[in-house]
Amino acid sequence: MAKFDETPIIKDPAQEGLLLPPDMREHASVDVRCWPGKPKDHQAIGLPEARVPDWQDKAITKLGELLENNKALRVYMDICVRCGACTDKCQYYLGTGDPQNMPVARAELLRKVYRRYFTLGGRLFPNLTDAADLDEEMLEKWYTYFYQCSECRRCSVFCPYGIDTAEITMAAREVMCSIGVATKYVTEVVAKVYETGNNLGIPAPAWIDNCEFLEEDVEEEEGLAIRFPVDEKGAEILLVPPSADNFANVDTMIGYGKLFHLLGISWTTSTYCNEAGNFGLFLNYHNLQKVNARILEAARDLGVKTIIWGECGHAWRAGILTPTLNGPMDDFDPPYPYHISQFIVDMLRKGALAGKIDKCANDDLLVTYHDPCNPARAGQLLEEPREVIRASCNRFVEMPADTIREKTFCCGAGGGLLTDEVMPIRMAGGKPRAMAVKHVGANYLATPCAICKAQLPEVMHYWDVPVKVGGVIDLLANALKM
Amino acid sequence: MDTSTALWLLASYLIIGLSYFAALALVIGLIWRLWGYLRTPMPWPEVTTPAPETEGGSIARIIGDVVLFPNLFKADKLLWAGAWIFHIALWAILFRHLRYFTYPVPQTVLYMETVALFFGYLFGLAALYLFWRRLALPRTLYISGLPDFFALGLLAAIAGSGLLVSYWAHAYLVDVKAFMLGLLTLSPVPPPFHPLFLIHFLLVLVLMIYFPFSKLLHAGGIFFSPSRNQPYEIQKPGKRYVNQGNYPIQY
Repeated sequence: MAKFDETPIIKDPAQEGLLLPPDMREHASVDVRCWPGKPKDHQAIGLPEARVPDWQDKAITKLGELLENNKALRVYMDICVRCGACTDKCQYYLGTGDPQNMPVARAELLRKVYRRYFTLGGRLFPNLTDAADLDEEMLEKWYTYFYQCSECRRCSVFCPYGIDTAEITMAAREVMCSIGVATKYVTEVVAKVYETGNNLGIPAPAWIDNCEFLEEDVEEEEGLAIRFPVDEKGAEILLVPPSADNFANVDTMIGYGKLFHLLGISWTTSTYCNEAGNFGLFLNYHNLQKVNARILEAARDLGVKTIIWGECGHAWRAGILTPTLNGPMDDFDPPYPYHISQFIVDMLRKGALAGKIDKCANDDLLVTYHDPCNPARAGQLLEEPREVIRASCNRFVEMPADTIREKTFCCGAGGGLLTDEVMPIRMAGGKPRAMAVKHVGANYLATPCAICKAQLPEVMHYWDVPVKVGGVIDLLANALKM
Repeated sequence: MDTSTALWLLASYLIIGLSYFAALALVIGLIWRLWGYLRTPMPWPEVTTPAPETEGGSIARIIGDVVLFPNLFKADKLLWAGAWIFHIALWAILFRHLRYFTYPVPQTVLYMETVALFFGYLFGLAALYLFWRRLALPRTLYISGLPDFFALGLLAAIAGSGLLVSYWAHAYLVDVKAFMLGLLTLSPVPPPFHPLFLIHFLLVLVLMIYFPFSKLLHAGGIFFSPSRNQPYEIQKPGKRYVNQGNYPIQY
C-alpha cells in the first residue's frame, strides 16, 4: 500500500501505546529532503532568488545578528550539557532511529558552527571543542535535518534547562533564508498568502462561493438557515480560521456557523485574511510579521470588535505574538488574542449554552483528544479544549499520560513538513501518535489544528488505525440543539 | 640558596600568580558571559506551557528547576537520580571546604566533618555512573564529545585527589589554611609542599578558568532560559515583547 520508500520507518510494535526508543540507525533519514524553493516564490516573499555567492559570510553575519537579538538562542547555544534526556523524546527519532533526529544532535548542527565562529576555543582549537566550519556539507545537513524538525518543542519539556530546539531550528531556518535557501512547500504557501490571503491559494470569489454553498448545504440537510458571512463590515467578531476549514474540514466551519448562530452573535470571515495558519513562523521573522499583520489589517478594515482565532495550532503560536509583532491591540475588546476554545469555554461558564447541548448525540463516538503541539506547549490551551469535549460528549478517554498534554507528540507534519516528498518522515513521525490512539481504541480523534487534520488521517491509514479525525468544535456542533 | 629551594620559590610564585589569574578569569568570565545573557532581549513569548501566569510563579518555577530538576525526572528517572546526587554531593563538598577559607570556622561547617567522606564517595559514585552512562548508551555516546568527557574527568580527578589528600596522604591542615587565607587576604605565602595537594589545587584552578567558557556555565545559564523563566501573560493588556522587525501595519 505504501507509495514511497519506507526505509526510514521503524516498524517495531508499540507497548501499552508507547514506543520504546529504537536502535540507532545512522543516516536512516538523510535522503528525506524537502524540495528546494522556486525563484519566483523566493522573490515574492523577499528571499534571495537562489543561494547568494558569498553565502558563508552572509550566514555567519546573520547568525551573529540573531545571537544579539534572541536571548533563547544565545543561552541555548552555550548551556547544553549533552545529558541525553531528550535523545528518545522526538517523534522523528522514535520513528526513524536516525541519531541526527535526536534533539540534541539536531541542535549541535548549529552549535558546532556557533562555536567555530563565535567562541575563542572554537576559533583556536575547533577539533578539541566540537566546532565545525559552515561548509557545503554542513549546509546540506542543516537543510535536511532542520526540515525534519516540526518545531513542536516536545524535547524542551524534558530538558533540565528547557532548551527549546524549535527556537534553534527557527534560527537555522532564518539563517538559511537570508542566503536564499528554503523549501518549495513553505515558500510557496507564504507566497500564496500574499496573493490570495490564504495558504491554499483560494481566490476571494471561490471563498464566497463556498460559504454560500455551505449555507445551502446546511439548509438542505438540517433545515437550518445558518449564515456564513464574508467581509461584513461592522460585524462583532472576525473569525480567522485556517483556510482548510472551508474546504477540507467543512464540519469545523459548519461548527463555527452553528455556534455563532445559536449565540446570536454577528460574525464574519475576511477574504483579505482568511488564514490563521502562519507559515512565516517556519521561515523567517520578516514573513511571520508580514503574514500576521494581515489579521489586524482585515479586522480594522471591517471594524470588528473582537478577533477570534480558529482551530489551528501554529496559528495560535503566531496569534499570541500579535501584539508584539504588529503593535498594540487596544482598539479591540479584551481578551486578546482570543482562541475559539477559550471563547466557547467562556460561553459555557456564562451559561449561554445551558440546556442547548445534547451530549447523547455523540454517543456513537468514543472520543480521544490529540493536543496539537503549539496550543499545548506554547499556548497554555490544555484545559479549554478538554472542557469543550467533556461538555459535548459522554464518552471521552485520554491516551497514555506520556503522549498527551505538554508531553503530546506532534502529528508528524508540523513546522512546514506537510508536503508529499517527505512522506517517509511524516509517517515515521506520526507513529507515536498512531500507536497511542490504537491503544485506547477510540473511533474519533478530536484535534483543533488544520495541519493535524490533514496529516493524521494519512498517518492512521498508514499505521492501520481505524479512527475518524475531526475538530473539537465539530463535536460541539453535533450536540447543539438548534 | 640551593637549586631546589630556588625552584620551589619560583614554583610558589607561579602557583600564586595562577591562583589570582584563575580567580579573575572566573569572576570576570562569569560577569561577562551572564551579562551577555542578561542584555540580550527575548523578542517573543518563549515559555513552555503549562506555565505560571505571574512573575512570582515563574520565579518559583525556575527555583524549582534549579533545586529539583523536575524535567529530568520526567525524562529519565535513573539519570535524574545520578545527576541530582552528583549536584547535591558537589554542594555539600563545596560547603565543607569553607573550613579551609574561614577563620574561625562556623560550627555548621564543622558538623559536616562526620558526613564529609560519605558525600565524597557519593560524588565519586555519581560521577562514575554518569561517565558509564555516556559510554554505555549508544545514544549518549553518539552525542558526547571531548568537552563532555573533559568536564566530567576534570571533576572526577578533583574529587579523587581531594579524597586522597583528606583521608590518605594528609596535607598539613595549618599550612593549607595559611596558604588559602594568605591568598584571600592578598598577602600570599608559599603553598604547602605536598604534591597531592598541589595537584588537587591546580586542577581546581583549571576548573575555575574553564568554567565560564564551557558547558559548565549551565549553572548560571539556566536562570536565563526563556522557556522556563517567562510567565505566560499573553492576554495581559498592553503586554509586548521586544520587536525585532519593522514591517508596518497598513490598513
